[in-house]
Amino acid sequence: MTAAVLRAAGLGKKYGRRWALTDCNLEVPAGHVVGLVGPNGAGKSTLLNLSVGMLTPTAGSVEVLGAPAGKQLAKVGYVAQDTPTYSRLSVAEHLKIGAHLNPGWDHSVAERRIQSIGLDPKQRAGRLSGGQRAQLALTLGLAKRPDLLLLDEPVAALDPLARREFLQDLMEAVAEQELSVVLSSHLVSDVERACDFLIVLVDSRVQVSGEIDTLLATHYRLTGPRKDQKSMPKDQHVIAASHTDVQSTYLIRTEMPILDPAWSVSRLTLEDLVLAYMGRAAQPEQTGRPLLEVQR
Amino acid sequence: MIEFHLDGRSGVSPYQQIVQQVRNALRLGLLREGDQLPTVKDVVASLAINPNTVLKAYRELEHEGLVSARPGRGTFVTKTLTDNSLAAHGPLRQDLRRWIGKARKAGLDDESIEALFMTTFRTAAQEDIA
Repeated sequence: MTAAVLRAAGLGKKYGRRWALTDCNLEVPAGHVVGLVGPNGAGKSTLLNLSVGMLTPTAGSVEVLGAPAGKQLAKVGYVAQDTPTYSRLSVAEHLKIGAHLNPGWDHSVAERRIQSIGLDPKQRAGRLSGGQRAQLALTLGLAKRPDLLLLDEPVAALDPLARREFLQDLMEAVAEQELSVVLSSHLVSDVERACDFLIVLVDSRVQVSGEIDTLLATHYRLTGPRKDQKSMPKDQHVIAASHTDVQSTYLIRTEMPILDPAWSVSRLTLEDLVLAYMGRAAQPEQTGRPLLEVQR
Repeated sequence: MIEFHLDGRSGVSPYQQIVQQVRNALRLGLLREGDQLPTVKDVVASLAINPNTVLKAYRELEHEGLVSARPGRGTFVTKTLTDNSLAAHGPLRQDLRRWIGKARKAGLDDESIEALFMTTFRTAAQEDIA
């Protein structure tokens, strides 16, 4: 079945007078590893907390695995920011709690992972390194055998080696268990290899979402003699533009071939693409609507 | 068995890098008919990349008729690429050397030579497609 694992319609959340998430429309198909990227304070955690039902929406709705958020908790794993653990409980006690609270708990998965990471079951969580704590939290999330695993900035606090090990283990689990993952980060480099679906969230709004392959195949940089934006073809959506007195550079999205021979056309890296959408959000006059949704 | 590695700065997408590395291994004779490719699980565990990326690469190789997937067993090489084109490399390289010599004599520096080669290569490739 290819139902959406995450579907948001007009979703919004207000804290006091400030909107942390505004008019969010999303549809994430199953079987993807989704990168939720945006600067700090963009609303990533708010979106994830709404998805697990820890927050209630101010506007709109969010569905997870086909049911309203919070109704399918046995099938959804969530590792909150800073990979929280109980510092005074041992590794083994964490597993015991996990087994007790989760009907679908897979003890063999938990034990195998603890062994392969090299954690001492008697060790208190408070004594673990940041990387080990993240691995323990991931173990709890995976042993639950969820259909969807949500991870909020799981590698932000880790050193490069721990970061790589964490992502390796996560990807191995994705290959083994066939689960969908949503992973938030403020760094594109974290998600570049691991993810195949991207959501860019800036200033409480979704700027772009879609399969990374599709996004990369439909965005181009055009450089050439100066040309006014008004004279661009209708099927070329301008994401960013810059001009000198003789030259114009456009960053565009189009599904059609680029025919104008005056342009020299180049592809974008994922980082270029994300930065362009982030830059676009910074220009106040253009933050009207969600700018683009690419879906299959 | 071969091992994949990824160059993050090459601008070539990870799945294409895997495809290229298998093709290269076939050309160089590192992989022969009947050899097994690393399992998807092994590749993602060592490179920390998305499983779909590896699956996509293997599917493309399968589509090209170079490998075939046996359910539950793995992906195996079905064809080699060490063909007779290897014999043509020598004379072609000589021609290219002569051409580079000419370009130098004409006063082109390394960068200009590379740019000229790449634009000509691209134009020719485009004409072939068209």
